[in-house]
Order: sequence, then C-alpha cells, then structure tokens
Amino acid sequence: MKWVRNLLDNIKPNFEKGGKFPWLHSTFDAFETFAFVPKTTTKSGAHFRDALDMKRTMTIVIIALLPALLIGTYNIGYQHFLSLDPTMGLFDDVWQNLWYGIVKILPILVVSYGVGLGIEFAFAQLRGHEVNEGYLVSGMLIPLIMPPDVPLWQLTIAVIFAVVIGKEVFGGTGMNFMNPALLARAFLFFAFPSSMSGDKVWIAEKADAFSGATPLAEMMTGGTMPSTSILDMIIGFMPGSIGETSVIAIALGAILLLITGIGSWKIMLSVFLGGAAMGLTFNMFGSNSYTQLPFYYHFLMGGFMFGAVFMATDPVTAAQTNRGKWIYGFLIGVMAVLIRVVNPAYPEGMMLSILLLNVFAPLIDYFVVDANIKMRTKRWKLKGGTNV
Amino acid sequence: MAEINFKLIKNPLSKENPITVQVLGICSALAVTAKLEPAVVMSISVTVVIIMANLIISLLRKTIPSRIRIIVQLVIVSLLVILVDQVLKAFVYDVSKQLSVFVGLIITNCIVMGRLEAFAMSNKPFDSMLDGLGNGLGYAIILIVVGFVRELFGSGTLWDYPVIPQAFYDMGYQNNSLMIMPPMALILVGLIIWIQRSRNKELCEK
Repeated sequence: MKWVRNLLDNIKPNFEKGGKFPWLHSTFDAFETFAFVPKTTTKSGAHFRDALDMKRTMTIVIIALLPALLIGTYNIGYQHFLSLDPTMGLFDDVWQNLWYGIVKILPILVVSYGVGLGIEFAFAQLRGHEVNEGYLVSGMLIPLIMPPDVPLWQLTIAVIFAVVIGKEVFGGTGMNFMNPALLARAFLFFAFPSSMSGDKVWIAEKADAFSGATPLAEMMTGGTMPSTSILDMIIGFMPGSIGETSVIAIALGAILLLITGIGSWKIMLSVFLGGAAMGLTFNMFGSNSYTQLPFYYHFLMGGFMFGAVFMATDPVTAAQTNRGKWIYGFLIGVMAVLIRVVNPAYPEGMMLSILLLNVFAPLIDYFVVDANIKMRTKRWKLKGGTNV
Repeated sequence: MAEINFKLIKNPLSKENPITVQVLGICSALAVTAKLEPAVVMSISVTVVIIMANLIISLLRKTIPSRIRIIVQLVIVSLLVILVDQVLKAFVYDVSKQLSVFVGLIITNCIVMGRLEAFAMSNKPFDSMLDGLGNGLGYAIILIVVGFVRELFGSGTLWDYPVIPQAFYDMGYQNNSLMIMPPMALILVGLIIWIQRSRNKELCEK
C-alpha cells in the first residue's frame, strides 16, 4: 500500500490552493480518504475519533452484501438456462451459469455506480464540499434489488431520480429521509411497470414456455403454496430480484452487520416480529389460501429478508431512538405482510412499507422523546419536585 | 385611458409568481396538468376569472362593507366560474369533462381570492385588471410547462398528437407512467422552483 500513499502525496499539491486544479479538490479528497483513514485531527478541545469512520462503515456493509451478490449472480445464469432446459441440474454447468450471470450483472453495476457517483462528484464540486460516501452502499444495493433484465436506460433515469430528488435536494448523504436505493426501485416500479412486475422480468431472457412466476406472484394469483421448495428458497434458487433470493447469503451479511454493530439488531428483530405477528393474525381470521400461508413463508419469499437486513437498518432513514426502533421495525413487518396479502396491485410489500415508515420515522422519534419527557416530569412531581 | 403599468404584468411572471414563489393554487396545478390541452384550457379559464373578478371587485371596493367582503367576493367569483363552466361545456365538452370538478373549484382557488384581497380591494379597476392578467399568465406559464413535460414523457404525445416516433418504441423506449401520476407534477413544480431560485438569489429564504 506504500506506493498508493506515495502517489497520493506526490500529486496532492496540484489540488490544493495555488495548485493546478484547486477546483478538483473535493474529488481528490474523496479518493484520498477512500484509500486511507484521514490523518487530520480536530483543532481545539478534546477529541476521540474512531478509526471506523463513514467510509470504513460503508465498506463493511458492501462486504456484507457480497454473498448475496455472488449467489444472485449465479442464480441469474442458473434460472436462465433452467428456463431453456427444465431438466438441468443445479451444478450441471457451473462456469456457464456464473459467466452468464456476470455478463448480466456487470453492466447494471457499472451503470449504477457510474451514474450515481458521477452525480455525487458533480454536486460536491458545485457546492464546494467533500464527496459524501453514502453512495458507495446505495450503488451496490440498487443492482441487488433490480430484476436481472432491467433496461439500462431505465436504470439510469431511476438512479438520477433517486440521487438528485431523493438525496441531493435535501442536502446529500445523511440528510435524506428516504432510502435512495429503494427510491430508485419505487421510481422504476411506478414509471415502467412492465419492466418491474409480471412473470416475464424475473428471469433473464426467459424462454416463453417456462413459467417465471415468483413465489409471491403464485400466491397472488391464488396458489395454495409456492411451487418452490423451502430449501430452494433458503439457498436462493428461485426467480426474483438479483440479490433478494438467497436467505442464507443475506443471513451471512446480517451476521457481519450485527457483529460489527453497524446494523441495528433491534430493527432487524422487530421487523421479523412484526411480519410474524401480521402473518399469524391473518392465519387466525383469513379466508383465502394466501392468508392461510404459514407466517414463516413470508420471510422466505420475495424481498422481506433483504429489506429487513439491509434496507430497514439504514441508519439515516430509520428511527433514532431505541424505543422508536422497535416501533419502526415492527410496523415495517406488519405493513409488508399486509400489503402483500391484501393489496392486489402490489405483489411485494417490503419496498413500499419501508419507504412509508422512512417517512414516519421522525414522527415516531418525536413521540418517543416527548413521552419520555412527560414520564420524567411526572416522576419529578411525584418526588415532590416543583413545577418545571 | 390610464397608463399601462407593465410591472403589474411582469412581476407575477417571475419573481412574484403565484405558484412557484407564493405557492398558491398548487392542487389544481397538480390535477389538470397530466395533458397539455386541459392545462391550457384551465389556464385560460383561471385567467379570465381573475381578470373579471378583479375588475368587478375593484369597481365595488368602496361600497363593500369590510365585514362581509369575503362573502361578496365569493358570490362574484362563483358567478364568473359558473359562466366559464357553461362556456366550456358548450364549446369544449371533452376537456370540460376531463377538468370535471376542478373548474368548479376555481371558486376557492387561492390565487383568485388572494388577488382580490391583496390587490383589487385597494386599487383602481384598470390596474386590477392588469394585475389579474399578470397573475393569470404567471399561473398559466407554470401549468403549461408542467403539462408539456408530463404529456411528452408520460404519454408520448403533445395536444394528443403522437410526437415520439414509433421507431423509438421499437427500440425499447417506454412512456414513463409516473409522469401521469400527480406526485410527479409536485416534483416538477419543485424542480422549477429550484431552477428559479438558483437563478434569482433574492427569492431564497434565509
């Protein structure tokens, strides 16, 4: 790594005041701090700074996403060749599957990062502040929640929309009240429904004779049980968005997030509790086959797992107070299952429920803090304290 | 004839624009701009109503008792709106059906009431008419821009003529259905406000 440091030190004077390209300062700064933890310290007063700054945090989230990306890549190829030849086994042609998946996912990744980071850098230059690192994770999340056949020009528009309208107008990373990655997906979902829903889009270049329905779609259209076996759902070999299919891969990422303390266990747990509570409620009162579905199927199908682990725990858009996190997560789970089962227009409820609760998170926090103040005032008075 | 005060027409078009600066009349702007034609018809209707209402109120301004002025204004505006509604039904029935309730709702349009209260009650008839014209045009220009963008990208047409060539669709282009939904009108108005304020720093709030 020494040579990187030397290289950076060599070209650094060019980007400082009086150098050749002072207007590119924030761009240079972005690359320097991406490669090394900055050496700068606060000028006055005491300071304690964790080496685990924003860029390092983001890197860990990306590592947590890698298993889902890998299995997702393989699954793209496997589903494609399975639709051509339904008798194909899982490991019949590993390299062919993998290669096909890579060819499919690489352009999506490149477009997502290229467009998103391009906008981030442009805004940082225009506003004269440092480049925010938030897009490093969003850029990886966006491909994982897209169908494998998403047209690239539509993806471009969605990314522009998500980064500009969802984030930059509110002041950049840390200021957005909605998850940018989910916003990109929601944009595509409403703007170009034919590339985001239906049975055709979930398998790349699907053969016409093969049914490409996801388990969610099967239940939606009145199936009694999803045709995919539980084992396949857990490992992740079913049609769906690129990164959402494999429960195991997502669980690996979740473990990493929990060990490092980056993802909140309160939110993750309460999302599942909420989903289970709503699923069990439907089991008690429901009248059709979807409501009678055992509640744990909801965790395995569609994007529930992915949303709970990577989307709901986004520290910027989630509730901040501890009690607020429980309420926030629980309601996400409840709403997701509710939308799935009751609303015939939306087979997948996770995206909409997280976006909805993103909007409500500040309100939840407000009431949690408010309730705490009231409780303590009451306690103070009981102890004989004078009015405050 | 009085001298024409051009400021009364020019200001509402840019730095006192009823929609982007005063943020009035947003709901009708969201509702009628999915296509260009209803947006234009709505703009003309609102402009006519504001001009006439401003004129009549301004003529009556010294005789209206201030305690019941809102009621008097409402009666006059609703009279004008009923006239406009009848004219629309007679000559452009299809558009009138698309605009449905929003023509009737011009009665409660904040721009109309706002101009009556803020200007016509205390100014001469001719100036009031100019003010009405200016504000009507200020409303119209935003509606037409939003309607233009929404129809072009949402339906691929302008004034119901297809303008995006079939070859584009064959290559995989699709209309953006989000454009037809009301939220996109809000976002487009927001973008216009953004552009306007970045060009004119006076408008930015502290």
